Amino acid sequence: MGQETTDLDRFREQTREWLQENCPEAMRDGKADDANICWGGKTWEFQSEDQKTWLHRCAAKGFTVPTWPTAYGGAGLDRAREKILREEMARIGARPPLLSFGIWMLGPALLQFGTEDQKQHYLPPIARGEIRWCQGYSEPGAGSDLASLQTRCEDRGDHWLVNGQKIWTSYADKADWIFALVRTDRDAPKHKGISFVLIDMRTKGVSTRPIKLISGVSPFCETFFDDVVVPKHQVVGDVNRGWDVAKYLLTHEREMISASGQGAGGGRSLGAILSDDSGGLTDACLRAAALRCEVDALAIGLTLERYKDMARTTGVGDASAMLKYVGTELNKQRHELLMAAGGSDALIWDGPHGSRPADWLRTKANSIEGGTSEVMLSIVSRRVLGLPA
Amino acid sequence: MTGLLRTEEETMLADAARGFLDDVAPVSHLRGLRDAGQTHDPALWADMAAMGWAGILVPESAGGSDMGHAAAGVLAGEMGKTLVTSPFLSSAVIAATALRQVAGRNDALSAIADGTRTYALALDEGNKFTPGSVDCAARRDGNGFRLTGTKKFVVDGGFSDRLLILARTDEGPTLFDLPADRAGTKRQPNAMVDSRDAATIVFDGVEATGDDVLGGLGQGLDILRPALQAGQAALAAEMTGLASGAFGMTVDYLKERKQFGAPIGSFQALQHRAAHLWCEIEVTASAIAHAGRMLDADPENATLAVSLAKARATRTATDAVIEGVQMHGGIGMTDAFDMGFYMKRARVASEWLGDYGYHAETVARLRGF
Ligand SMILES: Cc1cc2nc3c(=O)[nH]c(=O)nc-3n(C[C@H](O)[C@H](O)[C@H](O)COP(=O)(O)OP(=O)(O)OC[C@H]3O[C@@H](n4cnc5c(N)ncnc54)[C@H](O)[C@@H]3O)c2cc1C
Repeated sequence: MGQETTDLDRFREQTREWLQENCPEAMRDGKADDANICWGGKTWEFQSEDQKTWLHRCAAKGFTVPTWPTAYGGAGLDRAREKILREEMARIGARPPLLSFGIWMLGPALLQFGTEDQKQHYLPPIARGEIRWCQGYSEPGAGSDLASLQTRCEDRGDHWLVNGQKIWTSYADKADWIFALVRTDRDAPKHKGISFVLIDMRTKGVSTRPIKLISGVSPFCETFFDDVVVPKHQVVGDVNRGWDVAKYLLTHEREMISASGQGAGGGRSLGAILSDDSGGLTDACLRAAALRCEVDALAIGLTLERYKDMARTTGVGDASAMLKYVGTELNKQRHELLMAAGGSDALIWDGPHGSRPADWLRTKANSIEGGTSEVMLSIVSRRVLGLPA
Repeated sequence: MTGLLRTEEETMLADAARGFLDDVAPVSHLRGLRDAGQTHDPALWADMAAMGWAGILVPESAGGSDMGHAAAGVLAGEMGKTLVTSPFLSSAVIAATALRQVAGRNDALSAIADGTRTYALALDEGNKFTPGSVDCAARRDGNGFRLTGTKKFVVDGGFSDRLLILARTDEGPTLFDLPADRAGTKRQPNAMVDSRDAATIVFDGVEATGDDVLGGLGQGLDILRPALQAGQAALAAEMTGLASGAFGMTVDYLKERKQFGAPIGSFQALQHRAAHLWCEIEVTASAIAHAGRMLDADPENATLAVSLAKARATRTATDAVIEGVQMHGGIGMTDAFDMGFYMKRARVASEWLGDYGYHAETVARLRGF
């Protein structure tokens, strides 16, 4: 214990020094919204030279994916050290160097289910921000009932042939590759005929059409597969067992979405922000609602920490649905309060990025994307509580 | 600071406590006491003391096990699950924490640890928790003092051996440690809704010496603060145990009760409410664990953690019992069924040591509202 404490202290010190030397001044404003964040990928245009430097330095150090093994581009940090890194970054308001679906979703799934070849081939470019991934799960007829998906994937001997349509594919128009759920056995029970495939978006027959959101941005698309040829080795996990991979990945996605509201406000409490906005938070109803939200935010933040520790020991399993549910509902509430405190000032539309009304509208998707709140509650009631179907 | 997961030691403590309490103090034990017109079972407390529970916050030099606040929370949580009535919070948590702030109180602490002496905290005067406002006066009289005033909601004060009393002196609020039967002390036990003890106590010129002062004159609130926080954290843990106890009964009933030819737990309206409650209990459990860890690691800065825990626990326990009764239908309203006991205890525990509003305000103050 004593030795470990000293080691951790030393790691904190080294990390602090490294950040001090390597994090560009301009990357210390704590901003993590769409307009200021690096998503990487082949077509990525850096928003500034500093953004590029910051990404490259972090990637070289393994800090874009601190917990991944060093062999795949990570820093191999354990939970305690990863937390220290996060704390030290938060202390100076460092922006995350890179956000991506590759980091949150595909990476963990590959680490768990991928072959050694797949890990070596796909993981390092994710860590370096060179390849950007999107997620092809939902279809027009398969939303909450995801396992009813119909995109067809046929075995053509030396390759797979994919035909069908995905929808709500976030950033499909900007992504280099897609990880998709496809049906490889039409006769099996619906969960047992699904496979998890990786497809290069430049393959002939892949096309996308953007859809505009109520928040004004157009981050997601319809994605079409028209006789798309996919090499055999691009299936992750066993054929027809893609549902296992999909579910594993969803738990990571849900954790990520549940945490998305946590950093908001640059560490300031909701009360402090609202007090400034509304001249002291004198409205009794607003104050009571904000206080309740603050109490919940603190407790939910602690719960995220507790569950991260649990994930590394006993595992979390279906209980991750709880994190997704409470985290996203809280975030929606938070933004309702920000709008209320802002009054008419908050109604002024200054574009779809980083403005208060745009953020407010965007949070409404939090309890839909990655599985709706109702679906989360059903997962908890069936699989955690064991209530009958 | 250790993380929020239970340590192996804490898990063993919880398992041992559960085994013991299921044996000797299921809810039927509380019911039995109530039916017999009693509020507390001295034999049960003696057994708990023999297991080291009464000394869980008493230093080893005074014969305690000194396992800390997180461990005390583990025990309180297990007691909450089956509504165990005992002077654990009053004596083992609040009084022990107060007494150990002051040098030279080893005898009192030993007597708490071995269960031979119980304490109650005589603090409240109005009908809400406002620890800073004290009317009860200790006036100079020769070398000593005379206490005059009335204390309300003195939990376990109807039977405790001693009282910690906060009274005003010229130097400011001061804590007195007196035997509960000192001349001029009139104890009136009240019939509380949760069938446990809480007394109204009138002090009519009660004599106190300088030795009876705990700590210095005017230092009452300083000594009391850590003790109150310890009590609030443990009570929050009890309430969260209570919530999961009530919730466990509710989920069992959802699986067992049939209507419309199906278990009622197959109806989504009830499933989602149950799932929501489970989420609430999980989130609150994190705040409870955090409060225990903060009190052990950094007590000077534990105020936010403790108030967060009590605020969340109050809401969660209230939700759990309201939903518990509703989802049981008619049977939930009957005295023969246990859910009512949970509802009653949740209400009393909500008020004791500060309600939701009190603790939410503390959060507000510390979070820049
Ligand atoms: C901003 C955004 C980004 C997204 N990004 C992606 C992406 O990158 N990739 C991807 O594959 N998908 C993505 N999605 C899709 C998302 O996962 C789906 O929208 C979601 O799973 C819900 O499916 P649906 O829209 O078909 O709604 P439906 O399933 O039709 O649901 C409609 C309503 O019915 C409720 N409902 C449905 N079934 C039940 C039930 N059994 N019990 C109770 N209530 C029920 C739902 O909770 C909801 O309120 C994104 C969505 C949004 C909003």
